[in-house]
Parts: sequence; C-alpha cells; structure tokens
Amino acid sequence: MIRFEQVHKRYSDAREALAGVSFKIDSGEFAFLTGHSGAGKSSILKLIALIERPTRGQVFVGNQSTASIKPRGIPQFRRQIGVVFQDHKLLHDRPVADNVALPLIIAGYPKREIDKRVRAALDQVGLLSKEKSRPLELSTGEQQRVGIARAVVAKPRLLIADEPTGNLDPDLAVEIMQLFKRFNDVGVTVVIATHDVHLIDRFSARRIVLDDGRVIAETGNTVPQDGAAAGAGPGAAPIAAP
Amino acid sequence: MPGAVKTWLARHAQTLVGSLGRIVQYPLATLMTVAVIAVALALPLFLNVLLQNTRTATANWNQAFDLSVYLDKKAGTDRAHALAKRLRTRADVAAVRVITADQALKDFRDTSGFGKALDALSDNPLPNTIIVTPTLAASTTEGTAALKTSIAALSDVDTVQLDTDWVQRLNAMLEVLRRVVWLIGGLLGLGVVLVVGNTIRLDILNRRAEIEVMKLVGATDGFARRPFLYSGVWYGLGGGLGAVLLVAAAVAVLADPVENLAGLYGSSMRLRGLGILTAAGVLGVAVALSWLGSWIAATRHIRAVEPS
Repeated sequence: MIRFEQVHKRYSDAREALAGVSFKIDSGEFAFLTGHSGAGKSSILKLIALIERPTRGQVFVGNQSTASIKPRGIPQFRRQIGVVFQDHKLLHDRPVADNVALPLIIAGYPKREIDKRVRAALDQVGLLSKEKSRPLELSTGEQQRVGIARAVVAKPRLLIADEPTGNLDPDLAVEIMQLFKRFNDVGVTVVIATHDVHLIDRFSARRIVLDDGRVIAETGNTVPQDGAAAGAGPGAAPIAAP
Repeated sequence: MPGAVKTWLARHAQTLVGSLGRIVQYPLATLMTVAVIAVALALPLFLNVLLQNTRTATANWNQAFDLSVYLDKKAGTDRAHALAKRLRTRADVAAVRVITADQALKDFRDTSGFGKALDALSDNPLPNTIIVTPTLAASTTEGTAALKTSIAALSDVDTVQLDTDWVQRLNAMLEVLRRVVWLIGGLLGLGVVLVVGNTIRLDILNRRAEIEVMKLVGATDGFARRPFLYSGVWYGLGGGLGAVLLVAAAVAVLADPVENLAGLYGSSMRLRGLGILTAAGVLGVAVALSWLGSWIAATRHIRAVEPS
C-alpha cells in the first residue's frame, strides 16, 4: 500500500527531515510511526498525503508513484486517503454532520447517499446523537472522533493520522486507538504517527521507529496471514491487555 | 445523467444560498462593499441618463436647417409678402413663412417676459422676417449655404442667418461628453473589479483554515473557489440594484425642476429615467464586473493556500 524508497526530504531551512528512509507497509496493515518529535514522522505522513514532495527518492501509495501525480491530480488522489489531524481541523461554523459530509460533498455524492453515509460514520464513532452540535460544543475526545468520522466517511482504503491522541488523556487515547483498530479490522490500512510509546505498547501492531530522519528499528509485518483477526468485526478489536 | 445534473444543480443552489448567508453575517462590511459598487456604477449611469435626455431634447434640432431672412427696415409688409412669393417658386425651397415685424414683437412680448420694457420703445425695432425651409434634397451643408448666398443677394434682404453652426457645435460637444461618460464608466467599472477583488481577497485570508481543510480532504481549487464567486455575484447584484435605485432617486429629484425649465423654453420635455431594459443591463454588467473581480482574486489567492 505504501512504499518509501531512499526518501530524502529537505525543507527550505536546510534541515534534512528525512535522510534516506525506506520501508513498506502492506495493504491491511496497522502501523505506528514512532520517534521523538522532529524525527520525521509528520514528514512521512505529509509525503503520503502529497502535502509535501520528496527532495529525493520515491514514494509509492497504492502501487502508484506519487511523483507521477501532477498538481491537478492531487485532489482526486487525496479523496482516496482518510487523514486525521492532532488538532482535528474541523470547521467550527457548521454542525458536526456537515463537517463529516465535507469529503462526500467535495466528491459530488448525491444528498441521499451523503446523509446515509454521514449517519453511518457518526454511528461508528458513537456520535450519532451529536450530529447537529457545533464542534466547539463537544469535548476534545469527541472532536477527534468527528475528525475520524470525516476521514472514514468516503470509505478510503488508507487512513493516516498524525498524533491523533496528542491532546487526549490516556483513557481517551486508548479509546481512539481502539476505534482505529476497528477500521483496520475491516480491511483499512492504518498508519498512525505518535510519540506516545506507552500507548502503542498496548497494541500489537507494526512499528517503524524513526530518529533524526532515519528508520532505526522496525518490527515485522503483523498482518495475520492466516486470517485469525481478519474476520473479526468492529468492536471485537484484538488489542493486547494493558 | 439526470441524477448527476440534479446533484450538481442542488450543490450550486446550496452554495449560492450559503454564500448569501455568509455575507449577510457581516452586514456592515457587506453594505460598505455594496455601497461602493452602487456609487461607482451610479455616477456614469446618471451622467448617461442626462446625456440621453439632452440628445432626445436636441434631436429635432438636427433637422433645423431653416434660414431666417431678415429684411431691410425700409421694406414694408407688402414687399415681404412679395419676396416670399418669389422664394416659393424656387426649386430648392420647400416652405416659406412670413413673420411680420408686428407679429414678431407680439410673440416676443408674450414669451420673453420683457413686456413692460418693450412698451417703453417708441417704435418696433424688429424687421419683417421670412423663414425659408429648404427642400429635403437641399438640406445639406452645401445646399443651404448656396441657398443662403443666393437669397442674400436679393434686394430688400438685410441678412440671412443659417443656424446650423451651433447645432454642429452642440453635437460635437455631446459626442465629447459621450466619450467622457464612457471613460468614466470604464474607470469606475475597473474600480468595481478591484474593490470586489480586494473584498474577496480579505475574505479568503479570513477563511484560510477552512480552505486548507477543504483541500486536505480532496477539494479542487475550483470547488474551494465556488462560494467566493457566488459572493461576488451577490455583491454585484446588490451594487447594481443600489446603482439603479440611486439613479432613479436622482431622476425623481430632478424631474420637476427639469420639467419646469423645459416649460420655460416652451417645451414639454420630461426627464426620462432608466428603462426596464437598461436597468436589467446595469444589473447584468454589475454582476459580470463583480464576478470578474472575485474570479481573479479567488483564482490567485486560493491557489496560494496550501495545507502544511
């Protein structure tokens, strides 16, 4: 699903954020990108979402080299990826349901289909009762769940999240991670950047550890090839006990 | 596919209404923008109304190729009628009318308001006059000039006056004014484009975060631009409507004095305001200019907003 080949990223301030990063994340994997802040986690996610372009090296998403995607093609490309942000990036001037509907409106879905999918997505994150609320009336954890609902509403095959639990207390953070795990259980590839080592210790997931723009450690592919967890439905997330 | 068309139309209608809702959220700022557009459009529009009315009022003067033939004071009324009879036989003359000195004095007394002063005169200072209307074929600059020379050579004729010089000057002046109105209109139209462009630019800066989010979830520049274009349409519609109302108000204020003034000149001219078609045209132009301004600003500045 995602493949980085000797990727370098240098920003205008001459700092080398990524110094020859290579890794591969298969379709259906649940992977954590970890490392202290400034290690290059966010840069990797930005390269995947085409917010940035690599200085050198190649990035493949869904078997397609991102170098082949012209600026005009970026919107269409992003519609296939769900993105979750640390600061949620919700629009405060409109209700929760409209925030979640945004990707579908942009993609031009008919209204009936939008209503159906928005309600389904809100139901999945447990916020169906809040569809008419404004984002600022919700707690931080709830706002993050709205952000997740928006990321999954168009049913992307890839979900990426940048420090999605950064502003949450530990219990809420676990809840959010379990939510991501449920989407992974139904086949969505999930990549989460986080520096919270204690949190990810509680999940049996692939780990790519970064330091100073390099991959310094990596656990193997954890996709259950025998299908042990693949059939598990939402709510039955196989999460390691604390 | 009718379903897709319906969705597309519904989406545009929603954006149209949504952008209206957004700009009325800031009534003062919106009102200022609309007022600037209205004033900018009203000025050339009003000048044009005045110009059109002047042209209408003077249109029949263009055919005023009559020659006034003033006779010698010594020539009496009989001689005037005799001369008139001779002139009527000319091939290049369509009509001849005699205004006797007495009649001229009476007309002058009635219309000029100098009645009392004229009573003080011991005798009539006005000569007998013959008004000669050339035939249509002779109503050219050369034809009338020839007629003038020919009549001036006759006995009993003092002077022949051909009042086309000032008509030509008036027409030339109106042409200059017409161009001036177009120039002013063009400049102020450019002003409307710039004002709307600047308003939209500020609007985009204020909503930068929102545009970033939209682009992050896959919005094209065109999609992000659409609400701003509709804002532009609303500004234009409001400004155009304001301009039409301003001009209508100005015409209403001037209608009575103008009618009064025209009456003093013996004319029944009335000030004509904007017709329905002109008003609709003004709205169209206002919307087009405003849309252009927002399109330029939105295209430029939305491209520059990139998520980071």
